[in-house]
Amino acid sequence: MSAIPLSHILILASILFSIGFVGVIARKNTLFILMSLEVMLNAVGVAFIGAGSAWQQADGQVMFILILTLAAAEVAVGLALLIQMQRRFKSLDIDLLSKLKG
Amino acid sequence: MNASSDTIIMGLNALQLMFYFAAALAIVASIKVVTGKNTVHSLLYLVVSLLAVAVCFYLMGAPFAAGLEVIVYAGAILVLFVFAIMMFGLGQDETLNAPPSHSFKLSHINLWFGPSIIAILLLAQLIFAIDSSEIQSKLTSTIIDAKQVGILLYGPYLLAVEIASFLLLAGLIAGYHFAKPEGVSAGQNDLSKQNINKLGMNKQDNTGGNL
Repeated sequence: MSAIPLSHILILASILFSIGFVGVIARKNTLFILMSLEVMLNAVGVAFIGAGSAWQQADGQVMFILILTLAAAEVAVGLALLIQMQRRFKSLDIDLLSKLKG
Repeated sequence: MNASSDTIIMGLNALQLMFYFAAALAIVASIKVVTGKNTVHSLLYLVVSLLAVAVCFYLMGAPFAAGLEVIVYAGAILVLFVFAIMMFGLGQDETLNAPPSHSFKLSHINLWFGPSIIAILLLAQLIFAIDSSEIQSKLTSTIIDAKQVGILLYGPYLLAVEIASFLLLAGLIAGYHFAKPEGVSAGQNDLSKQNINKLGMNKQDNTGGNL
């Protein structure tokens, strides 16, 4: 049993997650939205590691590694899309994407 | 474990105190990421936030995850962000649209001051945690090392690892496809050949001139 209570770890994770969520919802710059997504994924990692350390199982860290992989792939695709967006619209404003047509 | 030998402040032992301190630093840095005006400032705070979460992981008894967090998140992914920001150019930066601040010198200092203060606090905390025998004795009883994680990864989670590798491959291909320059698709080879020929001719011209 870890010295830190699981409930406090989960509180930390939920605070970080809601900070990132507010960032995703409120910001208009797409780069900031990607950064807030990173904060959210990181908060999920905190929750997994905390649960893993509370039950003394390594599964939490395995899930954290998988989240890490997901975050790396997501950032690569997201930044490539942002480069394309900067090239076409000369801006990173997310509202410009409402003009997208298939 | 002898509870009376622990240094207890307000009912918390040293390990818990340090965890809450690192958690508070992570929350402050994350708020600065979300509310920042300048992209590069927010990126600096994002690095500091990830480092604070890595210290939290270390204090939770997951040093392998803490190392991965520093190497992959704060190392690789943040470098990706920095390269992307360099490609965007900062002509569209939000601070250019903001009214000019009068205390220009103060804001110039603030660029590095906040993140470096938080990073120094985290470093001091980590050094204290490694140095303190009480925290170390608490940590070693609850630690989950890389060996257990590796055995799980290549045992019951082998399929998940394979799927993650496919995900990375998809990310690689999508990144290459989307970040390609405009209009470079079918006639790409001819164009690039022409460019190479032009470059070669220019080179020859230059060398000829020099000679």
